[in-house]
Amino acid sequence: MEIRVTEATAPRAELLAITKTFPGVRALENVDFRLNAGEIHALLGENGAGKSTLIKVMTGAVWRDSGKMMLDGQPYEITSPAEAHALGISTVYQEVNLIPTMSVTKNLTLERQPRRYGLISWRQANERARERLKRLNLDIDVERPLLTYSVAIQQLIAIARALEEDTRVLVLDEPTASLDAREAELLFSIMRDLKARGIAIIFITHFIDQVYQIADRISVLRNGRMVGTAPTAELPRLKLIAMMLGRELERTQGVRASSAIVAAGEPILNVEGMGRRRYMGNFDLQLRAGEAVGLAGLLGSGRTETCKLVFGAVHPDAGHVHFEGKPIAIRSPRQAVRLDIGFCPEDRKAEGIIPELTVRENIVLALQVKRGWLARLPRDEQERIAQEMIRTLGIATPDADKLVGQLSGGNQQKVILARWLASKSRILILDEPTRGIDVGAHAEIIALIRRLCQEGLALLVASSELDEIVQVSDRVEVLRDRHKVGEIVGGDVTRENIIHMIAGS
Amino acid sequence: MVHADNPRAVAVRRFSFGELTGRTWFWPVAALALIFLVDAVVSPGFFSIRIVQGRLFGSLIDVFYRGTPGALVALGMAVVIGTKGIDLSVGAVVAIVGAVMTNLIHRDFSPVSVLFLTLGAGALCGLWNGFLVAILDIQPIIATLILMVAGRGIALLIDEGLIVTFRSDFFSAISTGQFLTVPSRIIVAAGTFLALWLVLRRTALGLFVESVGANSAAANLTGINAKLVKIGAYTLSGLCAGIAGMLICGDIRGSDSNNAGLFMELDAILAVVIGGGSLVGGRFYLGLTIIGVLVIQGLTTSILVSPLPFQFTMVVKGVVVLIVLLLQSRRLRESIVGLFLRKTS
Repeated sequence: MEIRVTEATAPRAELLAITKTFPGVRALENVDFRLNAGEIHALLGENGAGKSTLIKVMTGAVWRDSGKMMLDGQPYEITSPAEAHALGISTVYQEVNLIPTMSVTKNLTLERQPRRYGLISWRQANERARERLKRLNLDIDVERPLLTYSVAIQQLIAIARALEEDTRVLVLDEPTASLDAREAELLFSIMRDLKARGIAIIFITHFIDQVYQIADRISVLRNGRMVGTAPTAELPRLKLIAMMLGRELERTQGVRASSAIVAAGEPILNVEGMGRRRYMGNFDLQLRAGEAVGLAGLLGSGRTETCKLVFGAVHPDAGHVHFEGKPIAIRSPRQAVRLDIGFCPEDRKAEGIIPELTVRENIVLALQVKRGWLARLPRDEQERIAQEMIRTLGIATPDADKLVGQLSGGNQQKVILARWLASKSRILILDEPTRGIDVGAHAEIIALIRRLCQEGLALLVASSELDEIVQVSDRVEVLRDRHKVGEIVGGDVTRENIIHMIAGS
Repeated sequence: MVHADNPRAVAVRRFSFGELTGRTWFWPVAALALIFLVDAVVSPGFFSIRIVQGRLFGSLIDVFYRGTPGALVALGMAVVIGTKGIDLSVGAVVAIVGAVMTNLIHRDFSPVSVLFLTLGAGALCGLWNGFLVAILDIQPIIATLILMVAGRGIALLIDEGLIVTFRSDFFSAISTGQFLTVPSRIIVAAGTFLALWLVLRRTALGLFVESVGANSAAANLTGINAKLVKIGAYTLSGLCAGIAGMLICGDIRGSDSNNAGLFMELDAILAVVIGGGSLVGGRFYLGLTIIGVLVIQGLTTSILVSPLPFQFTMVVKGVVVLIVLLLQSRRLRESIVGLFLRKTS
């Protein structure tokens, strides 16, 4: 009797103390995750929180360093998504992994075509495809090419492909990202249906509204740790946002040391009504010497978009910019760099470092750009600047001629900071300056940002870490759904105030 | 103990063979040295250089002489590959340039204006490639394939489908003449090399090219005009192919659009790769590219002077190139070393 009781309450899937480290980054740390049968479980967190790593560990795409995985009370070990699929764990990724020019049938029977006399029997294949779609109550012409259907239907076809008779766990990674409200509702009704059949669904999204619409329970990851799991009904929106953004337990005082030096005076950069259709709503922004402005908001709220517009990496289609009181249009990063503006992008690997070049070359690059190609910095001058930056920023590298691609994340970030400091930037735009950086380097970078600000730089810091924003900012611009919703100044900059403004209460 | 206290002694001891073989220049130079060594054994007269009719003469000079058009094309290719691109059209540009030059000579243009217009035609071809790659954002291999295919057609149209010959003392002198006993084309190539080295390595342009090749998006966000750098690289490649075309055309005193520069792009890419350039971009080496050209040309010439029938040329070339490339791969080297260590231990 007792055994049956434990069986009944045993979760469908259970991950215990999962740890996974990538070179330089701790992606998951001691994460516990429980998934019940017949529930829709929202898995939330900002970029880099560890959501996708957790899913990859669970579905065999990535091998964990340590920890235990259970499925229906049985420990399981898998080394590939195919093995996970065979065990009944199916995943539908954000980018639909289907072939748009092929027919629905071909997409649904890609791995196993029914054969007759050694040839593919398309009649049987169509039959099988229709059966699969019937599980989702979908009745469409399976012989038409996939691309003739709407994105929502394509999404459902992707789910139909993942779904087997014996599927126990279904992972949906951002399934509603490209759906409108009506299409999302169609998907939700099918999710509810699957749930009623006892399938456990993990729903990854950054739409908070949809979480409250459909999820039974919510788990929040942040910086590779599980912040908590709670039934949706018991987790008010405000608390959820706090869980996603803050780190209340680890650091008691996320309060900034002094707001006494809030700089007055004329802004170096004054942006009025800047925006771009379907990219970012119009916003005002002033950057002053010695003042740090924080950009706070949830994932997808427009933090990166704001940075890129100000830096000229994306062309605004509205607004005016005054630089030191003079009207100007910043049309390209090149022009921004000439105005002594620097930008440390969020995606350090793709847009920041130049991995095949040395630390020295990466550091002097922006300065060299400003001097123009004809006025090459002499080698010993390059060496001197690089050594100085390595010393002042504490970049851990054996020598200046090591390739940047071989450094750790924190040191790569310091190299990019050094690039802009070496070029004597007066305005520095930092998008997620501590993303993917381990704890020690994290504190160093925050201290560095504060020092730079005191030395008279004008800073714009976008971050998903609320405490980070509170620590560094004299002023905070709060964003929601690609609009600036308000500004918090000086002593009012607190976690609570920012959270309230994000939640819109 | 005494040694350990002396930093210089440590430095000397640390410079191991393993470190030497890890250098970019080691394997191309070693390959060239080996080829020359084999030549010295197989044909004892390989290194003897005489002066015949006021001109340097010998197998070694011959390697340099025949290598010049390929070297010019390869230099431009090295820069393009440095930007993470590739230029398949160089052979066709050689044909176009030859046809343009022949045509202009027949129209009685002065030699100097023919020279500039011809090189201008080469640069224009490169500019077209740069436009397709940088502005229209077409993949380099496809973008330059267009001119590779159409280019010979354009050359044939200019030549009206014929092999057109000409007489020009000026261009014959540039291509096949000599200056102070040195073949003039070697001087042309050396001058081009020097000019490129000055422009790319004594200014910051080389660094910008490598930045764009290694990470175009990051280079752009650092303020480098990545599009302009790419356009410049392809234009340079077109110009280099133009100089090569001028030499080839001056050599045969005519324009043979069907055959001029045929398969040159492939040898040029090979030379760049042998010289340590990587097709994923981010690094280019002008000097080592020349070594790469000499490896390829040295092989061809060695087989011609050796008892081996000339039919072997292509096959031997392929095998040697494969060996050099495999040796450059750090992973393969390490696994081979690992194999030996396991055997001995």
